Amino acid sequence: MSAILSVKSLTKEFGTLKAVNDCSFDVEEGSITALIGPNGSGKTTVFNLVTGYIGRQSGAVTFDGVDVSKEHAGNLYRRGLTRTFQQSRVFGDLTVQENLVVAKGGSWKTIFAPRVSKDDQLRADELLEEFKLSHVADLYASELSWGQRKLLEFASVLMSKPKLVLLDEPTAGVNPILIETMADHIRNYNKLGVTFLIVEHDMSFVMRVCDPVIVLDRGKPIAQGTPDVVQSDPRVLDAYLGD
Amino acid sequence: MKLSTEPTKLVTRNGLIRGGVFIALLAALPGIFPQHWLWNLMFFTILYATMAVSWNYIGGFGGYPSLGHAAFFGIGAYTEALFFKTDHVLHSGYEPFFMLPVIGLICALLAIPIGMVAMRTRADVFAIVTITLLFVTQTLAFNLRNLTGGAQGAAVVQPKFDVKFFELPFYYTAAIMLLFAFALSYYYSKSKIGLSLTAIRADEDKAKGVGVRTLQVKVIAFSTSVAFTGMAGATWAFYIGFIYPQFAVDPLITITMVLMTFLGGRATLWGPVLGAVILMPAQQLLAYYVGGSQLYLLAYAAIFLITILLLPRGILPTVTNKRRLKALALKSVAAKASDPLAEGQSA
Amino acid sequence: MHVLIQGLIMGVLTGGVYALMASGQTLIFGVMKVVNLAQGAFVIASAYLTFSLFTQFGIDPFVSILITTPLMFGIGMLAHWVFLRPLRKEDAVELSILVTFALALLVEGLLSVTYRTTYRSINNTYSNKAFLLGDGFSIPYVRLYGFFISIALLLVLYFVLQKTKFGRAIRATVQNPQSATLLGVDSTRVKAYGFGLGIATSAASGSIFGLLYPFNSGSHYDLISRLLSVVILGGLGSIGGAVFAGILIGVVSSVAAVVWSPTWSEMTFFIVLLLVLLFRPQGMFGRLERGAA
Repeated sequence: MSAILSVKSLTKEFGTLKAVNDCSFDVEEGSITALIGPNGSGKTTVFNLVTGYIGRQSGAVTFDGVDVSKEHAGNLYRRGLTRTFQQSRVFGDLTVQENLVVAKGGSWKTIFAPRVSKDDQLRADELLEEFKLSHVADLYASELSWGQRKLLEFASVLMSKPKLVLLDEPTAGVNPILIETMADHIRNYNKLGVTFLIVEHDMSFVMRVCDPVIVLDRGKPIAQGTPDVVQSDPRVLDAYLGD
Repeated sequence: MKLSTEPTKLVTRNGLIRGGVFIALLAALPGIFPQHWLWNLMFFTILYATMAVSWNYIGGFGGYPSLGHAAFFGIGAYTEALFFKTDHVLHSGYEPFFMLPVIGLICALLAIPIGMVAMRTRADVFAIVTITLLFVTQTLAFNLRNLTGGAQGAAVVQPKFDVKFFELPFYYTAAIMLLFAFALSYYYSKSKIGLSLTAIRADEDKAKGVGVRTLQVKVIAFSTSVAFTGMAGATWAFYIGFIYPQFAVDPLITITMVLMTFLGGRATLWGPVLGAVILMPAQQLLAYYVGGSQLYLLAYAAIFLITILLLPRGILPTVTNKRRLKALALKSVAAKASDPLAEGQSA
Repeated sequence: MHVLIQGLIMGVLTGGVYALMASGQTLIFGVMKVVNLAQGAFVIASAYLTFSLFTQFGIDPFVSILITTPLMFGIGMLAHWVFLRPLRKEDAVELSILVTFALALLVEGLLSVTYRTTYRSINNTYSNKAFLLGDGFSIPYVRLYGFFISIALLLVLYFVLQKTKFGRAIRATVQNPQSATLLGVDSTRVKAYGFGLGIATSAASGSIFGLLYPFNSGSHYDLISRLLSVVILGGLGSIGGAVFAGILIGVVSSVAAVVWSPTWSEMTFFIVLLLVLLFRPQGMFGRLERGAA
């Protein structure tokens, strides 16, 4: 297997705080990799840097064999690198269906195409059905429940048929049944060839779904391996319990 | 049981009927009310409706509130005045109208670099640039005396239209502009441009992050928007016949179109038209009874603040949303009745 | 050379007043992320108030700062409470721009109804006096006093922000609203006080402005464009940046006025704004980090 995403010596400072400090790791193609670590260890900042949502200071990011260190979020998205947010940022003034359609990507000429074309509708319908959102397809996203928003954001980043999906706390604040649904969706898409990188606090979820696991502390990976190996690593315990 | 929405159709039967009624109404209005003062009122209402409809492209759909549209109104007005000075010989009298598309194009092209600089970062910077643009344009209008006549004003050649029907060519020109502006608004709302603009208004960074062509779409909306404003300014200059910097580049023009859009309902098709139909007669009434432009300033600002506080979505969305929620409730009742398992996902 | 130095001196002196006005503007942006387009209108309102206090009661314009500042602080708090606080969070940025614009027009309308639109100026005993400095550089007293009072008020503002508990709450909010809330800062109250403080700062500069220039109710457009150029150059939200940019732009426009022409010197503001947006959109001292949740 080869690395679909490779991060080399990524660094980001906010004022005097080094949120991400000389951080390097690889994500293997076809894996469901977890990125865990105590609060403030820089997980979300790593996401923001990798996906181009905030400016990178130093270090390199290679995605799918191409150096993308200088590219912004939109270009990365078109290359097949997508993400969700902890707070599930869906477009409240668009309907559920439109939330999917707007995330479909496409060349700039498509801006002149119909708002929802026949193709868009077919693709959106597939995902809506799969994520059991068909019955709310014509509601505004602002009218959805928290769990439905999580599902919608997840579904929407799949519209463009990405290669790598970064999920920022997919289970935060959702009920146990929905957590299982999330796990199923992740596994299904992984079987279809989508690689996942997941930031997650729910350890039982990580242990069941992810392999390998990367542990981040103070902006830097301190351990990496299968869930079992990582779990028994003393450095990881130290990081979580504080030293 | 599937309830998903259908793909967008550009031409629908209902749309055609509504469009037809609208056109017929615009054409027939002056015949139904054949008084000069009403024709004058209709002209201004339709002219401002055009501006409000086009302001809505960027300010409503896109959530980028431009405060500088009055600058383009002035640019249009002065361009018309420059092309058709008082010594210009008019044959049919309609020549200045034929100039309008050219003026629209000039404004649209001018807006491209301005938009690209001002919309690179974010909505508040855009507002800052546009309000500064307003001030700069006014300063230029006062100081480029060779071109604009400065504070002395500039005269536009007057057509020899029959006094009995003097307002009508202006009214119909404005009506045609309104139809074009409206058609474009309709097209935006039915295309990915409108979809992208709404996404930008909701969360621009996220929109950019999911590959929406934010800059292109914003520039298209801004540029077409000011094109109509420029043409409206040119039509106004030709109608009024004599323009001064403080009236051609007037913040009151901006606030008027913004207020119309917000009152009727921003980011809707008919909202800006409705706003114009309510406000313009109200303004004329106010002018008739109290006079004095300071009072309108006060009244406009007050109505605007009250609208935003009490009716932040505007009249139309408030009404249609109630209807929509009712329809949805009916639909979900129907869905449940026919399929007991429809609510499988309860998140 | 002589006129150039004269222009430079005048530029620094008026720049100090702009610095004070702009620091209020940028403070409001820092605390609330609101571009307050009514700032210029509040400056003019305060100038009118100073005018009335002087013509009706003979209160010296500089002394009237003691009256206008607390009054405008209260009006600012009220304006925040009534107009800005109720805005929905989703479109607060967009609507606050329009609301403050409408507020500016409301103030303009009220002023033009009360005072008419003729230009006013405040002429007290020393307003036309000047002294000569060194090689015959003429320094008007009002400019000099205005400059020193502005600097003194900026120092007071600095002291309030650095040394008081309230100031710390404001600075925490400016740096990171979310963690400020976590640290127990009541964000609604901080915003209200921050807005009031921003308006109060501009009110103080309004009293000085009224002495330096003739004004009418429409003067706020001119002023707001200048202020916005200053805060953009300094970096939105950066008070130090606003002070530096205020003095810099004061000098540039004043020098442009002597070497070029007074009418066109007004354009320097816009040219500066354009250049900043083209080459350094975050301003001299601003940060551009945003967007990532």
